[in-house]
Amino acid sequence: MNLKPETLAEIEEAIPKYPEKQSAVMPMLHAIQKDQGLLTNEAAEWVAAKLEIAPIHVLSVITFYPFFRQHKIGRRHIRICRTLACAMAGGAKVCDKMLSEFDTRLNEVSPGGEVTVEFAECLASCGTAPVMLVDDEIYENLDEAKAQEICEKIKAEVIQA
Amino acid sequence: MSVHPKEQRIILKYADEPGYTPDIDCYMKNGGYEMLKKAVGMEKQAICDEVKNSQLRGRGGAGFPAGVKWSFVDRKSGKPVYMVCNCDESEPGTFKDRQIVHKDPHQLIEGIIISSFATDCAKAFIYIREEMPKGAEILNQAIKEAKEKNFVGDDILGSGYSCDIVVHRGAAAYICGEETGLIESLEGKRANPRIKPPYFPAVLGLYMCPTIVNNVETLCNVLHILRMGADEFAKIGRPNNTGTRIWCVSGGVKRPGYYEVAGITLGELVYDICGGPKDGRTIKAIIPGGSSMKILKSGERFTGKDRDGNGYDWGIEDIPLDYDGIAAAGSMSGSGGMMVLDDSVEIPVALANLMAFYSHESCGQCTPCREGSLWLKKITTRMVHGQARPDDVDLMKSVADQIEGRTICAFGFAVAWPVQSYLAKFEDEFREFAERHSRMGGDRTAAKELACNH
Repeated sequence: MNLKPETLAEIEEAIPKYPEKQSAVMPMLHAIQKDQGLLTNEAAEWVAAKLEIAPIHVLSVITFYPFFRQHKIGRRHIRICRTLACAMAGGAKVCDKMLSEFDTRLNEVSPGGEVTVEFAECLASCGTAPVMLVDDEIYENLDEAKAQEICEKIKAEVIQA
Repeated sequence: MSVHPKEQRIILKYADEPGYTPDIDCYMKNGGYEMLKKAVGMEKQAICDEVKNSQLRGRGGAGFPAGVKWSFVDRKSGKPVYMVCNCDESEPGTFKDRQIVHKDPHQLIEGIIISSFATDCAKAFIYIREEMPKGAEILNQAIKEAKEKNFVGDDILGSGYSCDIVVHRGAAAYICGEETGLIESLEGKRANPRIKPPYFPAVLGLYMCPTIVNNVETLCNVLHILRMGADEFAKIGRPNNTGTRIWCVSGGVKRPGYYEVAGITLGELVYDICGGPKDGRTIKAIIPGGSSMKILKSGERFTGKDRDGNGYDWGIEDIPLDYDGIAAAGSMSGSGGMMVLDDSVEIPVALANLMAFYSHESCGQCTPCREGSLWLKKITTRMVHGQARPDDVDLMKSVADQIEGRTICAFGFAVAWPVQSYLAKFEDEFREFAERHSRMGGDRTAAKELACNH
């Protein structure tokens, strides 16, 4: 495991916060996923050794929670809410726009590697539907025009980086 | 967002005031942490009694009296007691905790510390869903600020009481809102809800220690109960339905949003505050308390007798907007997430959308729920795709009836109730929809977009 110093520091800080160290599984996985982009079997074994539990306990957590992943994604992670309030407000059209702008399909890395577009379940902002997350940033009251603007912004940022 | 005159803002009093910021200086300038200073000088039992006497009911979904929940804590075990704030706001239609956490996080911190002090908790956790990544950052910053001022941490304000707050981020599993699933998740495991009994984590919870799990809005209310006194607090709203509630309205209304109100009717919320249906539309049905709750149909009459034996006969707009009012209409106020379906929405398609949600979110422990939710997704999906089978409507009902009451946790009800209530009230539409779409060779784009079930 080749983790950044700040990731290791975050992990060392997380473990003693809990009365029992197995509780640190999720914070450790969040930190590693942010560092590496995904959670490999090696990561699961590393976390397990660190917390002195069997690797299967870590793998069972990784595979249970939708926001943990074992696959690579694009440089920006786009998650569009699909649940009822957003669907009534046109979430599907917003998703189609994101897919066509990046010439990609749902749950796949776009051909240029810029994004992965996914649906997510209720993002808890139904009053400003439809909404989506781009990495940690929430975008609200979307329509196709706003989706296009966001795509252009992402493209510009990704090219610059 | 401007405050409607019919609102009665207590918890959201400052949230949308221009210039109000989530930092501790702003909070303290507006009287923040004054109640904590008072509370640490009070008898712990006196605080618990105030909460009990206020008749405060939990705001997370079940509406269980918070003070009674606190009284279940097993004190004889000698084990540490833990406080867990359920900020896994995941019920579709609900977005109230987001407002508190993002705009007024110190109110929650103060509510948690007062509640933890009153119940003598050794440590507090805030379980926040990962779909609110900024919320976790804001809470961590707020806790850091509160620690610097000795409102959180060791020997709080010289009282001899110590309590730390740990923010724990989930990873997008709806079932973590179920309190025993949340506890499993906090222990570093899959969020499989625990077998009952014990019915309350107050007996056996986190690390098999007594644990109190309360919703964000519930814990904020504790602060205001102390400030106002239980008697004054109990005057807000109706008996057994005391205090304000933050209602979240989405879907087919002119002004969707969050509104803190008390003592009004469903009609006043939907028509006066939210402006009624969008132009050219009529309201077809309302899901009152989050997507798991039974649907209310426009034009339906709700009749019966209340606790005092008085008869009532309500239309949908007359329903008192509180726990008992919505229960009297055969549904539940749940987490306060109201979704309004206008006449553009086909009920079978709305159900297809929700069944995709529930089948995705079932933890998979109990066969009726794991298999049943998937069956319901498949049936509603094939209906949308024009491939319904002649007995599908009856099959859906049969599957739902076999889930209800046959699972470890209330998720089983959450899957079954929409199916059962939509079919009970819109059965003709289901049959007509299935028939029409089976015949139709044409365009199903709109239905597929609303089902949004790829």
